[in-house]
Amino acid sequence: MMSAYAVVYAFVIVAVGFAAVTLGLAKVLRPSLPYARKESTYECGIPAVGSTEVKLNIRFHLYALLFVLFDVEVLYVYPWAVTSRELGTLALVEMAIFISILLLGLAFAWRKGALSWE
Amino acid sequence: MTAKKPDPEDKKPEPAAAPAPVPVPAAAAPAPAPAAKAAPPKYVPPTPVLNRGNGRLIEDRFTTWPTQVFADRWSRPGYQWGAGMLAGILLGFAVTSALIGELAGWGDKLYSLLGAQGLPPLAVEAIWVAIKVILVMHVILINGLWSIWWERKISAHIQTRVGPTYAGSPKGWNFHGWAQTAIDGIKLFLKEDVTPAAADKWVHALAPAIVVVPCIIAFAPVLFGDGLAAASLDIGTLYIFAFAGISVIGIVMAGWGSGNKYSLLGGLRGAAQMVSYELPRGFSVVPVLMFAGSLDLQVIANAQAGYWQGIIPRWFIFYPVVGQLAFTIFLIASVAETNRTPFDIPEAESELVSGFHTEYSGMKWSIFFLAEYAYVLLGSFLLATFFLGGGASPINAVPFTLVPSWLWMLGKAMLMMFVFLWIRWTLPRFRVDQLMDYCWKFLLPWSFVNIAFAGLYLAFWLK
Repeated sequence: MMSAYAVVYAFVIVAVGFAAVTLGLAKVLRPSLPYARKESTYECGIPAVGSTEVKLNIRFHLYALLFVLFDVEVLYVYPWAVTSRELGTLALVEMAIFISILLLGLAFAWRKGALSWE
Repeated sequence: MTAKKPDPEDKKPEPAAAPAPVPVPAAAAPAPAPAAKAAPPKYVPPTPVLNRGNGRLIEDRFTTWPTQVFADRWSRPGYQWGAGMLAGILLGFAVTSALIGELAGWGDKLYSLLGAQGLPPLAVEAIWVAIKVILVMHVILINGLWSIWWERKISAHIQTRVGPTYAGSPKGWNFHGWAQTAIDGIKLFLKEDVTPAAADKWVHALAPAIVVVPCIIAFAPVLFGDGLAAASLDIGTLYIFAFAGISVIGIVMAGWGSGNKYSLLGGLRGAAQMVSYELPRGFSVVPVLMFAGSLDLQVIANAQAGYWQGIIPRWFIFYPVVGQLAFTIFLIASVAETNRTPFDIPEAESELVSGFHTEYSGMKWSIFFLAEYAYVLLGSFLLATFFLGGGASPINAVPFTLVPSWLWMLGKAMLMMFVFLWIRWTLPRFRVDQLMDYCWKFLLPWSFVNIAFAGLYLAFWLK
């Protein structure tokens, strides 16, 4: 058998091809009759005011930052989880220490108000 | 079979059988006699053609109150039909499983047949890979047709409506509006696509592709039965989570590129939510990986084979406390990842019109929904693989253990999909701050606690 990753590459090709063909074919087949009123931005029936290039609230960035931290931890925990049976109790204790440090970080972020939406 | 009754809608007069006194209700207008008696034709109210098979259903639904519906239910023709259909479906599954058997075995036969054609090995492999990819692609597309129809029917029945009823064939084969999604799809395919003038054209056009492409790629290692996966990757779990995570970028692009304030807010909220719920989703699987000792979905499914005391299946959901906690967290996080109703803050109709896809129409819009339902299917299959034992039978007795694994897998996945739809149409929406608090202050700490429980199990019980 060829490497299982050949299937993955085939999936990439088929997925990109699917998106390209459906969107492209629909573009060819559908009518297109644009005019200014139709192309205006939807805002509940009134003309849109201002642009959307505005300053965003900082809380989105805080969540994104926390996500990056914790998602990297997922990557650390997975290899340990897979081999935890062979590694035995010592690795279990080490992982407990690691996760408690992680939880301390979560508690710190919580205490500092990084997890509150307001 | 009885003799064919004259069709009330059949407008063609049949000279021979015209005056036959067939006991058909009032709608049956006698065909005009051959001009012997020129009696004025009695007025016959037009019978709606599409309503023919379903007249009884509508009468039952709309002339009785819901409290009366449940009185003496088995005497009602609808329930008798339903029981008959259910029995027919189960019998059909039994016959299908007896005839087909294990699908993976057929795959092996097909592969050896390909090898016997005298083609070069590389060509054989290429054809084999193409077959696998095309089959999985069909699963995704047919799931789009099926699950949207099913969701509409379930939502309708939860809200005491009937849902799609007419779409199908005008000649009467319109079983519960089975063709509704296909017809909607054709409509959406041919519909005009409006790109707002304020939009960033390229970002707006690329966003649906960015959402759907990783979704399709993520299906490569999904297990559809024993040995029935397109690619048996040893990092399957991580692969699926990694690719499923990419779709967030498409949602942010859709929100930002539309040039609409509702879309922008929806896209940002979607990013914050999907990114946050990825963490409990990832951590809740860690106990499963610890018990199974592999990231390969096939190995995880095999680790759940067997029965305790010969009765209780050794599925991970039945591991006391740890299994149920992990299952619940994974289910909740999966619902949140697909932006469905208790967590549909990114699309909240009452505040953001339609969220990140407010400015989308036609095919681009439907691509978003194809991806959403594909993710629901992915989540269902993952739940079935991680917690419900994959293709294993729940009952350790002969007629059940003989059912092929792909059928059990499909049944479990469909059960989980039903839970997804049920949750969506039952629970009200969270507020934004509640949503984020629920993830960061409840689900995430509990998933850590769950890992600790699983560690204790490994240390003391599952040596």
